[in-house]
Amino acid sequence: MKYEAIIGMEVHAQILTASKMFCGCSADYASAPPNTHVCPVCLGMPGVLPVINQAAVEATILTGLALNCTIPEFSKFDRKNYPYPDLPKGYQISQYDLPLCINGWLEIDLGGTKKRIGIRRVHLEEDTGKLIHEEDGSLIDFNRAGVPLMEIVSEADMRSAEEAWLYLTKLRTILRYLGVSTGNMEEGAMRCEANVSVRPLGSKEFGTKVEVKNLNSFRAVRQAIAYEIERQTKLLQEGKRVHQVTMGWDEHRHRTVFQRSKEFAEDYRYFPEPDLPPLELSREFVQEIRSRLPELPDAKRERFIAQYGIKGDDAALLVEERATADYFERAVAAAQKQITPQTIANWIVGEIFRLLRENTTEISSIKVSPEQLIELLKLIQEGTINATVGKEVLDEMFATGKSAQAIVKEKGLTQISDEEQLRQFVQEALAKNPKPLQQYLAGKEAVLGFFIGQVMRATRGQANVHVVRKLLQEELDKYKNKE
Amino acid sequence: MKLSRDQVLHIAELAKLALSEEEIELFTEQLSEILAYFEKLNRLDTSAIPPTAQVIDMRNVTRPDEVRPSLSPEEALANAPQRKGNFFKVKPILE
Ligand SMILES: [Zn+2]
Repeated sequence: MKYEAIIGMEVHAQILTASKMFCGCSADYASAPPNTHVCPVCLGMPGVLPVINQAAVEATILTGLALNCTIPEFSKFDRKNYPYPDLPKGYQISQYDLPLCINGWLEIDLGGTKKRIGIRRVHLEEDTGKLIHEEDGSLIDFNRAGVPLMEIVSEADMRSAEEAWLYLTKLRTILRYLGVSTGNMEEGAMRCEANVSVRPLGSKEFGTKVEVKNLNSFRAVRQAIAYEIERQTKLLQEGKRVHQVTMGWDEHRHRTVFQRSKEFAEDYRYFPEPDLPPLELSREFVQEIRSRLPELPDAKRERFIAQYGIKGDDAALLVEERATADYFERAVAAAQKQITPQTIANWIVGEIFRLLRENTTEISSIKVSPEQLIELLKLIQEGTINATVGKEVLDEMFATGKSAQAIVKEKGLTQISDEEQLRQFVQEALAKNPKPLQQYLAGKEAVLGFFIGQVMRATRGQANVHVVRKLLQEELDKYKNKE
Repeated sequence: MKLSRDQVLHIAELAKLALSEEEIELFTEQLSEILAYFEKLNRLDTSAIPPTAQVIDMRNVTRPDEVRPSLSPEEALANAPQRKGNFFKVKPILE
């Protein structure tokens, strides 16, 4: 029997605000010493009143609009009661039945086929404190408690680990485009849980849902879901039952492990938060936020293809980060049509990406400005240097921030196109390699490439390849005529 | 409506309260009476009325996203029953 997987995702993303969700404490807790970003409100002391952070509401609505959600006219906060001490109040302020955003979708690209993944809701809540477990007790740092957090809940529309991964990647890209979250999973700014079930293909009923947690990287999400689908499918094939449990991904053993049973439904006793008046979201307000939506990655990709005539794959890579897309467009503008957009795209996707990867850095902190890149590409196009030398020059530019002109001058890398000078190198290469020469004269023309390589090496890559090729032909013809 | 003993114990557990036998008896009675009292509300037909989320007639009370001073760790931890360094300390929690 064939089986299919049903996957839904719950993603929590910290919102990039200056202050916390309901108090004025700084939300930038990353390097703060324990319990230095706390006040009576986020410590849950009696008699205090929380007040909603306007920027967090706007960021959540902006996200909802980018995810094609409806923004209801009325929204409110609720208390989610639970006894875990990571929140000192004994409850988390969250949203239950009237979230800020509902019924949206996000589109993923499955190798050319587009698929919409439904977004059930996006709601706003507060993050919890951090616990450190020790043998004789647990230590709590409340700096993170009260940091604005949005929860994005998808419909169970995904059918494979690949789709879940694409969904998550796309969601992160959008969050970063909007500037509402860093989307950094390794730092916990974006956290994700997957609900996975498996059923016989064609069946209308859902199988038993298993919650998969502890997904701390994009790779973990993909591996854990794939593993869980396989585990459940195997159970069903053996005629066994899937239990409703929470599983955690074990990064080291590459498998999901049992965390806890979910046989008892959690009893959060939600009720409307009496300390917070509800929100009425006028259509003018929503419209004003909509007007702040930037061009989103899909639209940008289509525009890049249409406007600049670059390849679809390159366009997709360029729009993954807004900063990269901006870099490309600035370079295209600087080129003033002297360098084709495709050439610029090739250099960014190839060489710039390689350098960023090798140095584990991001384009936002690159020393090579788009204008400097264009200066380099012009030197190559004009023939002052060849492409191979150009790559070395870019390495140097990347490391030092110097201009291409300066590096070429400093290192004497100007391309040699002078025929007299190059003819000597060509003659030398032929004289030094009698064997390949015999092969060539015997009809093996591919040996020409070997000689070009010899000349390039002898000139430290500075020779103009076109001239070298021409001279080689001439010199080889002389040998032929001698025979 | 009479609450069962198990329901009372469940509520006590959610509220992190340890009840004595007498208290279980007492609260089973009292909670049942309170529930019975509120049962009266069920006589009203509310099917056409949306649930009330707030009784105060206020809307859209928000604040600008500005950082204000926090407490010092000493002030923050002044009431903590237990601390270790600048951390609050609680009984061990099993993960
Ligand atoms: Zn605070």
